[in-house]
Amino acid sequence: MLRFVLKRLAQALLIILASLTVVFLVVRVAPGDPAALILGASASPSDLADLRRELGLDEPLLSQYVTFLHGVLQGDFGSSWRLGGDALANVLDRLPATLQLSACALVVTLVVGFPLGVVSARRAGSWIDRLISVPTLLGQALPSFWVGVMLILIFSRTLDVLPATADGTVASLVLPSVTLALPFLGWLARLVRNGVLEELGKDYVRTARSKGVDSRVVFYRHVVRNMMIPVVTLLGLLVGNFIANAVIIEVVFAWPGVGSLMIDSITNRDYSVVQAAIMTITVAYVLLNLLVDFLYVKLDPRLNPEHMS
Amino acid sequence: MTDTRPPHGGTPTAPLISLTDLRLTLGRGAGTVDLVRGVSLDVPQGTTVAIVGESGSGKSLTALSMMGLLPPGVTVGGGDIVFDGTPMARLTEREWQPLRGRQLSMIFQDPLSALNPCIRVGDQIAEMFRLRAGLGRREARDRAVESMVEVGIPDAERRARSYPHEFSGGMRQRVMIAMALSLQPRLLIADEPTTALDVTVQAQIMRLLVARKQARGLTMILISHDLGVVSRSADSVVVMYAGRVVESGPSREVLTRPAHPYTVGLMRSVPDRRRPGAALEAIPGQPPDPRTVPSGCAFHPRCPMARDRCRTEVPALRPVGPARASACHFADEVVGDGANLPETNDASEVSGHA
Amino acid sequence: MTLNPASPAEAPERAAAGPGTPAPDVNPAVPAPARRRMPPRAWVAVGFLALVVLGAAVGPLLLPYSATDTDLPNRLLPPGARLSDGGVTLLGTDQLGRDLLAQILAGSRVSVIVGLATVLIGGFAGLVLGLLAGYFGGWIDTLISRLGDAQLAFPSVLLAILIAGVLGPSLTNIIIALAVTRWVIFARVVRASALTVQGLEYVESARVVGAGHLRILVRYILPSCWAPLLVAGTAQIGLAMVAEASLSFLGLGVPVTQASWGATISDGRDYLSSAWWISTLPGVALALVVVAVGLVSDAYRDHTDPRAAL
Repeated sequence: MLRFVLKRLAQALLIILASLTVVFLVVRVAPGDPAALILGASASPSDLADLRRELGLDEPLLSQYVTFLHGVLQGDFGSSWRLGGDALANVLDRLPATLQLSACALVVTLVVGFPLGVVSARRAGSWIDRLISVPTLLGQALPSFWVGVMLILIFSRTLDVLPATADGTVASLVLPSVTLALPFLGWLARLVRNGVLEELGKDYVRTARSKGVDSRVVFYRHVVRNMMIPVVTLLGLLVGNFIANAVIIEVVFAWPGVGSLMIDSITNRDYSVVQAAIMTITVAYVLLNLLVDFLYVKLDPRLNPEHMS
Repeated sequence: MTDTRPPHGGTPTAPLISLTDLRLTLGRGAGTVDLVRGVSLDVPQGTTVAIVGESGSGKSLTALSMMGLLPPGVTVGGGDIVFDGTPMARLTEREWQPLRGRQLSMIFQDPLSALNPCIRVGDQIAEMFRLRAGLGRREARDRAVESMVEVGIPDAERRARSYPHEFSGGMRQRVMIAMALSLQPRLLIADEPTTALDVTVQAQIMRLLVARKQARGLTMILISHDLGVVSRSADSVVVMYAGRVVESGPSREVLTRPAHPYTVGLMRSVPDRRRPGAALEAIPGQPPDPRTVPSGCAFHPRCPMARDRCRTEVPALRPVGPARASACHFADEVVGDGANLPETNDASEVSGHA
Repeated sequence: MTLNPASPAEAPERAAAGPGTPAPDVNPAVPAPARRRMPPRAWVAVGFLALVVLGAAVGPLLLPYSATDTDLPNRLLPPGARLSDGGVTLLGTDQLGRDLLAQILAGSRVSVIVGLATVLIGGFAGLVLGLLAGYFGGWIDTLISRLGDAQLAFPSVLLAILIAGVLGPSLTNIIIALAVTRWVIFARVVRASALTVQGLEYVESARVVGAGHLRILVRYILPSCWAPLLVAGTAQIGLAMVAEASLSFLGLGVPVTQASWGATISDGRDYLSSAWWISTLPGVALALVVVAVGLVSDAYRDHTDPRAAL
């Protein structure tokens, strides 16, 4: 088990290192001089040169990379020229809002998607199954940022029942988390439906029935347990995607999270904040996937090294 | 309708379960297909009846119908199943439930897929005691371990905490047997119980089944395509082809002097331990698609003896000697032609445990 | 997957078994069903998409859109309203009095160009890398596959935003950003089919006869990769269009002088109460196109791989 954990940890670190490198490279090849941006158009050439030297921009790429990694290891992404202060601190300030939004979206997805999938599967082929599949498919096809705008139009501007932007109330969480959840909700419902149907066709279900236990026991104890294995894997993907997709949804709803900060910073070329934001999201994403990997092994005894015969 | 039940070796006890003209149908409305087309058989208390045939003959479906476990889309299209005097063919799932495990139990071909991969085997067996017999968690667990000991699983206390994938095939089938027998059912249906196992383990499992059967006074239905297994364990044999019974009778007699060319074919395709060099002859061709069963005798396209009459006239299952029946127009010729048979299945070989 | 949470659409979605599973004892020798025709709704979708492409090609010529050509007296007119010059605006006007239909037509051009170009470029890169990985195996395969794994392990949304944001707003930059995030999907598909064909006898015999790598790749391996690549490609067109709209919505897509559905939706957000049509209509156009692309892609997949249908 320890070996497995170490292997996964090493993989996670590699991914983080790879994304650090990508982020570094993309930002350094960017057209436009960060120094000019910071100092404005009226800056004198000597001031620009000074700042470049100060930022290390005049050094060769490799030594810039080493300096960058060295800083990152100490949690130092540089400071934000736009907001002032440490870039990472600015990002971490915004992290709770993003996590809150993602967690709510996850709850919405599970609470709605799971039962919908189960109902669809138990009534597979019926009108109710077909009825459920319509919003499921639409949720996946519609661009989520536009769905967010439409929800604002309907529920804030027209019906005036829910706030469109973050105001600290629980009500203001509703629209963004529903928007974020919508495409995944249908995805989960379909996954659960197909997972249940697939499991129902398996031999062990027939065995469970042959034992004469209640059909609800067969379903919830035997079928759901097996079906949870693929679902859990996707939960990791789901939460990771929530955090990543929250970037757009946060902009739609002016949600004060990492995503909207990142978009603001990228349009203002405040790259230290952009780098810190991307790293924060990537680390969260990778950690969640790691967590799910372990959960997966816990759920499926066939993969658990402790149960390898 | 003539009663075509296979008589049972002269034992006069009432049948524990009997099928009467059972039809199992796939689909609904127009375009239905009969997968089992009028099967009748009696299983007397305390005996073992084997149902034999190639895959596609309808033998497994017949077995599943006796548990109320027909796959989706397949229904009882006609006839009846009577268990201990109670008609069962029209029972609902809710009515079936209390009978399964307590009155009738089943073990399946592939114990790996038949066991839940995510639940410890001890818990899977304990489920019977806990959910069916209403025992507490601890007691149910102890009983589960006991029943594992009974079927010869070593170190049962520890093995109860393992998952199915940690067992060998034979041990897994022992777990299945322990589970199926845990509530002392009266009828055990064993659907190809050794097919998925290593040859070396097959005999052990069959011995275990026979021993448990005798210890508990069980009645058993053995579904198999392996005539060797059948000859050693079954009292009587029912041979099925294309959803019909083509031959039935006491296993000793059927397997020494078959009265249907299909039975002869099956026997020729079994390896002969006495004559290791002898050529195996598979029956040519494939069993028919249930949607396009040949006219007349369904076996005629593959039958070496087929004549014009076989193509047009469906042979009825008719008595051919005491306690025996055959659905061949030329059953007498087949029996008389015994010289063509391999000598494996002579009486001394067949007697076995019967 | 990029900006829109498109991953669901890429998830395997068909249950292997369910009710209607053939009975275990039924003879499985069922004759293969005749190759199915494209369902009518797929034809409707094809027709609609043809119309969109036509609109994108000639629409802006008939109804020119200019970012600077504002007409303040006619601002925020609802669909069907009469303009001050006596004409009728079919889909209304925006906050600067610009005709919305003209914007949608101009936006469709961006959408179509990005969708096709991304898939062509990303598909070509994926094809080459996937072929190399699948055919040569060894360290080349390891390198390409690991690179792909690493990229997929990183939320691709962020990568596209980062690249587009850093490169600055332009059509070319969007296409670069999206192609970079998408090549992996194509490479995986191609690699998989290259691997399958690789072991087949006729490839082996070509090798024995002494055919060169290039010849084997082009003559024997490539043909088997087309169908899966095209299936993946058609599906990705729609996703690339959504991604473009999302980037433009964030202000990281096309420059302000160009119309894009995403940018128009973003502009209309400030006028939701007074002029719902500005944000709504381009989104409807986008949604229709995406659904149509999805229908065509599904039908095409079912057509090339009958096993995938049900």
